[in-house]
Amino acid sequence: MIWSKRNILFPLKLTDSLLHGILRAGAVISALVMLLISLFLIVESWPVLGQISPVRFFTDLSWHPLEGAYQLMPMLAGTLYASVGALLLAIPLGIASALFIAYYASPRLAKWYKRLIELLAGIPSVVFGFWGLTTLVPLINQLHPPGASLLAAILVLTLMILPTITLTAYSALMAVPIEFLRNAAALGLSRWGMIHGVAFPAARAGIVAGIILAMGRAIGETMAVLMVAGNVVQYPDGLFDPIRTLASNIALEMAYAMGDHRAALFISGLLLMVMVMMLSGMAGWLERSRHA
Amino acid sequence: MLKINAMRWRHFYLDRLVQIFVYLAVFLVCAVFLWILIDLLRGGFAHISWGFLIESPRDAGRAGGIGSILVSTVLILLVALAAALPLAWTAAALLAEYVSTTSKLGIVVHYSLQVLAGVPSIVFGLFGNAFFSIYLGLGFSILSGGLTLACMLLPILVSTAEAGLRAVPDSYRSAAAALGMSRAAALFHLLLPIAAPTLAAGLLLGIGRAVAETAALLFTSGYADRMPGSLLDSGRALALHIFDLSMNVPGGDAPAYASALVLVAMLLCINIFAMKLVQDWQRRRTILE
Amino acid sequence: MNPNKPITTQAISGEESGFTLGPLQMGPVCCDPQSVIQVENLSLRYGDKTALDKVTLDIYRGCITALIGPSGCGKTSFLSAINRLTDLIPNCVIGGRIRVDGQDIHATESNVQALRRKVGMVFQKPTPFPLSIRRNFSLPLREHGVTRRSEIDAISEQVLRDVGLWDEVCDRLDTAALSLSGGQQQRLCIARALALNPQILLMDEPCSALDPIASGVVEDLISRLRGRYTIVIVTHNLAQARRIANYAAFFWVKERAGQLVEFGQCRHIFETPTHQLTAAYISGARG
Repeated sequence: MIWSKRNILFPLKLTDSLLHGILRAGAVISALVMLLISLFLIVESWPVLGQISPVRFFTDLSWHPLEGAYQLMPMLAGTLYASVGALLLAIPLGIASALFIAYYASPRLAKWYKRLIELLAGIPSVVFGFWGLTTLVPLINQLHPPGASLLAAILVLTLMILPTITLTAYSALMAVPIEFLRNAAALGLSRWGMIHGVAFPAARAGIVAGIILAMGRAIGETMAVLMVAGNVVQYPDGLFDPIRTLASNIALEMAYAMGDHRAALFISGLLLMVMVMMLSGMAGWLERSRHA
Repeated sequence: MLKINAMRWRHFYLDRLVQIFVYLAVFLVCAVFLWILIDLLRGGFAHISWGFLIESPRDAGRAGGIGSILVSTVLILLVALAAALPLAWTAAALLAEYVSTTSKLGIVVHYSLQVLAGVPSIVFGLFGNAFFSIYLGLGFSILSGGLTLACMLLPILVSTAEAGLRAVPDSYRSAAAALGMSRAAALFHLLLPIAAPTLAAGLLLGIGRAVAETAALLFTSGYADRMPGSLLDSGRALALHIFDLSMNVPGGDAPAYASALVLVAMLLCINIFAMKLVQDWQRRRTILE
Repeated sequence: MNPNKPITTQAISGEESGFTLGPLQMGPVCCDPQSVIQVENLSLRYGDKTALDKVTLDIYRGCITALIGPSGCGKTSFLSAINRLTDLIPNCVIGGRIRVDGQDIHATESNVQALRRKVGMVFQKPTPFPLSIRRNFSLPLREHGVTRRSEIDAISEQVLRDVGLWDEVCDRLDTAALSLSGGQQQRLCIARALALNPQILLMDEPCSALDPIASGVVEDLISRLRGRYTIVIVTHNLAQARRIANYAAFFWVKERAGQLVEFGQCRHIFETPTHQLTAAYISGARG
């Protein structure tokens, strides 16, 4: 190792404070990145932020930025419907998976299933979207045309946030002290009684934090939803109507947006960021209160 | 007596019901996972060949291969790592060794990294476009895309490295100090080597995330699918290529499947390698102790 | 033999002292003691908890001084203050003065690294670095300016022989230090501390984490180091203190702070203690 050759020109004291200075610089720059991002988002949104009152984003007639109409609500609704729908599916499946790994499976089975979940977590959103486009959408189309719809978005999002919920719920459950469970068993509780009565209350904060994080992920997801949701700006009347989410809107229109249109897109980006920030703030607060 | 029996029967019934539900859920998840894998294999396996991996795409990707795409992907990844690793690991070393968690600097850095971790990738794309491509004048280029990715990787790299350093027992720090070693020497020669497997695992995790990323690269690294000549050239990452083939190129399904297979295989290898690394190192350590 | 004349290597052969290289200087122990560490009114606070309150004592060259007393009365803190390991602890405030070899260790011109080269420390739990045995020595040696491989190897061999480990590890210097047994690891840590050629060795309950046989071997080693190094050893084992120490310092907790109750020659403390508390602790009636 080259470091083994001690540099006798530098007294030891100088090396230490030099190191400290370098480390501080690195940390400060890392912290500045977030500031930089917020700054640029605001700067780019400014042309429109300055001119238009924020209420117009919710009261304009439609989303036609080239004609000056900036109604965001249908897309916001689309985002929320898709995310909530995905959560409704992913929470039971995810928690059941976590329970399986923690309490129901044999050690070998648990290990393999956990690996499967971790692999699922690593699959890129593009691949999920692609599979949705080529397999799910035609399937849904057979049920009720068109195939590209809210339902497809919900299904794909479910697949994507399921691993997050499973893995965070699993670590929350593993953090429950084993004495609790032993006491429950000694009191003669059935397995579900023990889970419901002891494990869930103890792990509740961690599980909820995981769910909140998953919601943040679902809200911000762009590519997969873009590929399967149909991308029509409208309030969906049912599960089979196509929708467009805020995130996919940015991806779709950014390529040709200029001037005010571009600024409006940056504003929707800001909105997304604020929503996710609030959610992750909540999740972080829950994590901290768990340790308190 | 009857009441107790009824309750016990109900508990038994409920217990069984939950068990069935759990097994069903797991079965469903496994089934879907296998479904996806089989679909990918069926659609793309035939299309993969050595030529596919080496040639550049022709006819908008319907023919030819993904050679230039792979090169662009690797270049973007290298730029991202070269920018993110020094910043991330120095920040982690500072947080773990020099700064207590309650000091102002510690709180600020932790908080901004936590926020950064939650920002959606498309927002990173917006930022990258505004800052790297336009403000810094890098245009649609590998450099721009790589730097945007670097911002995304910071939180993961910092948190894994910090956890790795914090996991090193304090007894080593005391022993090194008692031997008169400077903090810099203790950090470089002792603590970093001990924490190396966790750092490496975090690095691989970051690589996995970077390779899977699409939205952040859409408006920063561009769409060009030819072999990039320099870092300032536009380059298309593999994930973007899959997106383009499936959405914009009719008849591009087969190469899209094949590209998806290659991408998933790459990620699988990285995943397995990371797991093996950590296991291997841990085993070596526990045998010695 | 003239008790006032220092004894050199010519007088003691290799087998008797167990050492093969290096001079052995034994002063007329306990007859004409020279103080090498002077502690004056040392007070130590962690935040608002007082660990030590106004401790004054002297440590004598070449002797083994045992610090005895129940847990929590500041013995380990006292030890950490001598080589300024307390610098690593946040919120630690030190009052009073410690002089090592006549120099105030907290003076601005004093060098912490040089102090820690002069004052070595061995901890309760053996902590060899998770590296090879050879690198356990080369790392601190290089840090203090010894760069030639031949020199490092010579010093390593010397100290490993001194602690009696050479025969056991000479053929596996490049294997992991953690593969040694507990007693071997602790002797390795002592050898590592000796490699820097310190004058003073601080030992914090070096035998308490070891099994009885290993404990005996390490204890033997410590008593053979007498005369060559000044040793301050914290121990809970009164029998051990009686066996190997020349001086003993008895600590106790009074008013929630650690205090020095009595200090003197070992024989005196154990057989004719001045304080009632000391007598009670020695006899096992208290603590």
